[in-house]
Amino acid sequence: MQWETVIGLEVHVQLATKTKIFSGASTAFGAEPNTQACAIDLALPGTLPVANEQAFRYATMFGLAVNAEIGKRSVFERKNYFYPDLPKGYQTTQLAEPIVGPGFVDLELEGGRTKRVRIHHAHLEEDAGKSLHEDFAGMSGIDLNRAGTPLIEVVTEPDMRNAEEAVAFAKKLHSIVTSLEICDGEMSQGSMRFDVNISVRPKGQEKLGTRTETKNLNSFKFMEEAIALEVERQIDVLEDGGKIKQETRLYNGDTKKARSMRSKEDSNDYRYFPCPDLLPVIIDDEYIESVRKQMPELPEAKRARFVEQYGLSDYDAGQITMDKFAAAYFEAAATFFKNTASQTGETKLIANWIMADLGAYLNRTEQRIDQSPVTPELLSGLVVRIKDGTLSSKIAKQVFEAITNGEGNADTIIETKGLKQVSDTGALEKIIDDILAANTAQVEGYRAAAEDKRAKMLGFFVGQAMKASKGQANPQALNELLVKKLNG
Amino acid sequence: MHQLTIAELVKGLLNKDFSSVEVTQHYLDRIARLDKVYNSYITATPALALAQAAVADKRLAAGNAPALCGVPIAHKDIFCTIGVRTSCGSKMLDNFIAPYNATIVDNYLDSGVVMLGKTNMDEFAMGSSNETSYYGPVKNPWAIDCVPGGSSGGSAAAVAAHLAPAATASDTGGSIRQPAAHCGLTGIKPTYGRVSRWGMIAFASSLDQAGILSRTAEDAAILLNDMASYDTKDSTSVERDVPDYTTTLNDSLKGLRIGVPKEYFGEGLNPETAAHVEAAIKVYESLGATIHSISLPHTGLSVPAYYVIAPAECSANLSRMDGVRYGHRCENPKDLNDLYMRSRSEGFGDEVKRRILVGAYALSAGYYDAYYSKAQKVRRLIKQDFVDAFQNVDVIIGPTSPSPAFKFGAKSKDPVSMYLEDIYTIATNLAGLPGLSIPCGFVENKPVGLQLIGNFFAEARLLNAAHQFQQATNFHQQTAPGIE
Amino acid sequence: MAVDRSDIAKLATLARIAISDDEADEVASRISTVLALVDQLQAVNTDGVLPMAHPLDAVQRLRADVVTEPNQRELFQSIAPAVQDGLYLVPQVIE
Repeated sequence: MQWETVIGLEVHVQLATKTKIFSGASTAFGAEPNTQACAIDLALPGTLPVANEQAFRYATMFGLAVNAEIGKRSVFERKNYFYPDLPKGYQTTQLAEPIVGPGFVDLELEGGRTKRVRIHHAHLEEDAGKSLHEDFAGMSGIDLNRAGTPLIEVVTEPDMRNAEEAVAFAKKLHSIVTSLEICDGEMSQGSMRFDVNISVRPKGQEKLGTRTETKNLNSFKFMEEAIALEVERQIDVLEDGGKIKQETRLYNGDTKKARSMRSKEDSNDYRYFPCPDLLPVIIDDEYIESVRKQMPELPEAKRARFVEQYGLSDYDAGQITMDKFAAAYFEAAATFFKNTASQTGETKLIANWIMADLGAYLNRTEQRIDQSPVTPELLSGLVVRIKDGTLSSKIAKQVFEAITNGEGNADTIIETKGLKQVSDTGALEKIIDDILAANTAQVEGYRAAAEDKRAKMLGFFVGQAMKASKGQANPQALNELLVKKLNG
Repeated sequence: MHQLTIAELVKGLLNKDFSSVEVTQHYLDRIARLDKVYNSYITATPALALAQAAVADKRLAAGNAPALCGVPIAHKDIFCTIGVRTSCGSKMLDNFIAPYNATIVDNYLDSGVVMLGKTNMDEFAMGSSNETSYYGPVKNPWAIDCVPGGSSGGSAAAVAAHLAPAATASDTGGSIRQPAAHCGLTGIKPTYGRVSRWGMIAFASSLDQAGILSRTAEDAAILLNDMASYDTKDSTSVERDVPDYTTTLNDSLKGLRIGVPKEYFGEGLNPETAAHVEAAIKVYESLGATIHSISLPHTGLSVPAYYVIAPAECSANLSRMDGVRYGHRCENPKDLNDLYMRSRSEGFGDEVKRRILVGAYALSAGYYDAYYSKAQKVRRLIKQDFVDAFQNVDVIIGPTSPSPAFKFGAKSKDPVSMYLEDIYTIATNLAGLPGLSIPCGFVENKPVGLQLIGNFFAEARLLNAAHQFQQATNFHQQTAPGIE
Repeated sequence: MAVDRSDIAKLATLARIAISDDEADEVASRISTVLALVDQLQAVNTDGVLPMAHPLDAVQRLRADVVTEPNQRELFQSIAPAVQDGLYLVPQVIE
């Protein structure tokens, strides 16, 4: 049987506010346990919540970015359940009246395919604390620093059909929230966490299969792996005549295994009701417009601008603007380039270097582009020397490596290593003359060959000449001179 | 000295007739000597009180001290106080020492008010008789075998027994007005949002409001001046200037339109209580007010609506009491569930447990619409009754409580008979309106309360009407038998 | 609506309150009495009436995003039943 996978996502996005959603305690990451948990976060008796304006501003930005209707009236409700990381015994969240209504995101997939994923809604809520299971003599330790950190939970429609689409959506969402600067995007710190709802059904069937929810995936890689694993498991179960049990599952990225969650299985009755300590939040068009004006450039707008302003191809612009740090890096490098090279356009080469050599280097060394030792200025300096013919692209790679080793900027390295490209006609002529003299048979063969065969034979002489120049010959000048001399 | 009202204490302190330390010591002595009988305090704080009194005396000596500087009062044990146990009448919080003050406690500290101690109350303010307190029942100074009312029974008994000149209290369904009625006091529950709820341990957040129990309306006005404030820490606090409630106390009542709801005089009202209320209405007529018969048709539904909404809110409000960060924790929990189950079952009393379960039921899947949502709709109808009524009248008057204080145990077997104690007071909490009770007579030597309900933020009008009544009558000047 | 022992057991689990077998019937009957009282609500026509969660038709004030709460861990944990290394201790949490 042919199976179709159906995927919906619930994404928890931690908002980059300075303080909690309902208290003035700091949200900074990495503090000592419980040093950022104030009386409100600890749910001490008699304490009361007051909502953070910035959380609403950020949620509104997000809504505008995903083409959604903004909830002009939003209401916090209490979701009741007991868990040690939930001090009040209820989570303050939104249910019936969320801040962000239905919207959508358009994805671009391999091969130029596009896909629209609908957003069901996104709501504001508070994060829980953390249970640490290290050995406290059979006890768990509870750290409530994270408790009360504002989240938006983005809930999609079940519009994705495979892991590629789900991951593309996740990456797009990451790119949107980081570009808006409403989330730091640090997945390893839990700033974005994905719950994946997965079901399979026979191809052509309309009714959805029973779904499972794999919770708390915090990397794109784990998400891809977890989806593949769960889809395979469900198909196996169904093909063996079994039934899928609706359950919550946990994926372990280290062991590459998933299991059913033991807790949270007692079909919780959350007893939602409007939180009487908080009043409805009312925002108006004026507020929404003021937020819109304040919004940083979104990836799609930036992409269009990069095509227009820097002459990048749409694809390259799309790649570069996917990551706001890469986009910023590119713009900085392009500015240096223009200032020093006093030429316009031709920044495509910078984009290429960012996507290829720099990207590979950062990947290999696990560094972030905004903290790259090869600064935009250094990369721009290198590209300037490629453009002005000082460096061949082959030698440029050598120079790049030297830059990554901290040996200075391109000019210094070219100087100290004597890597300057030979464009001087006299010097090149000397090299060519020597080669032609040493290879008379090949010269005659070339001259006897038909015009259309010659181009291929030219390669031999270019190779010899390059070797003789230790790679420093300017390929264009060399080519021209060679052809001239061979044609005699 | 303990016969003096707050107004007289203020004057005496200002004139240096006595010092704050002297007044405070006098009350502390009385508490130590007499409270064994009434059990009105959970925690007396003599050392702290004397220290605060000494500071107040310095401020008074230096001149330009705030009006209430040096006046001692008691706080209901629902208000958080730094360094002093705040138990809320529960074993659950028997060991809880708040790291912060309630806003009203801070407001009074700023004014130089001295705290004598923390008064007894029904557990988590759930009760109308003060019989659910972990610290034992409070005795009514007027009739020692009777309840003082609840949940602010400790505050009421303390003031009635002259163990404090006045006390703070809180009212979720009548918890200030009903004990005021049973103990012959003036009790005011302001408009919802008039007084900050920060640091007042929540029972039902959309109904709870702090207020005052005192001997006179004038004292209530003086004390409300400093209790009321706009508080950015409470989202439901209303940003609105606090008038000086004392300046309008002597306004004439000529032309005051008084509404008398027929629903407040139906079945269940003690006929003698009714007679006293009717006599009080005549007093108002003699003071120039006009009397209008009105209808609040949904009155009968206020108790059912309340006993859905209040338990629903409290079921969530009390979930934080889980034995993890403060409060009672069971011995040697064998697992997480055991920690929750035993800590909560040991820490909460029966009535609290019952209300938590009712609340969980009303909110649970399948019942939400029939109970919680329905009750919230009825709540709107109840509020609308008042909105309509206040188109035509300025103040609504009726009984506070259907009958005078009852004997211990008389209603504790049947929760519903206890709940009906609050039949006349609950609607104002649901609507958010201010309400006040003043003494208007005696039945079997037990006080009867007259309830005045005002429009939103009409506390000044209520206090004025109450004060004028007290100028014309002397019920409020009676002292319980045996009080020296 | 009346509740029975099994309803009470469910509610007790949801609310994390232990009700012993001995108490269950009495609790059920007391709660049934309360529910009989609140069942009076069912007789009222509330068509077209919006639920009212707050007495005042007020709207939420929003707070500026400024840190106002200092670290008071020592103070807060001085009233905690079980702490170690700054963490609150509970019996092992099993996910």
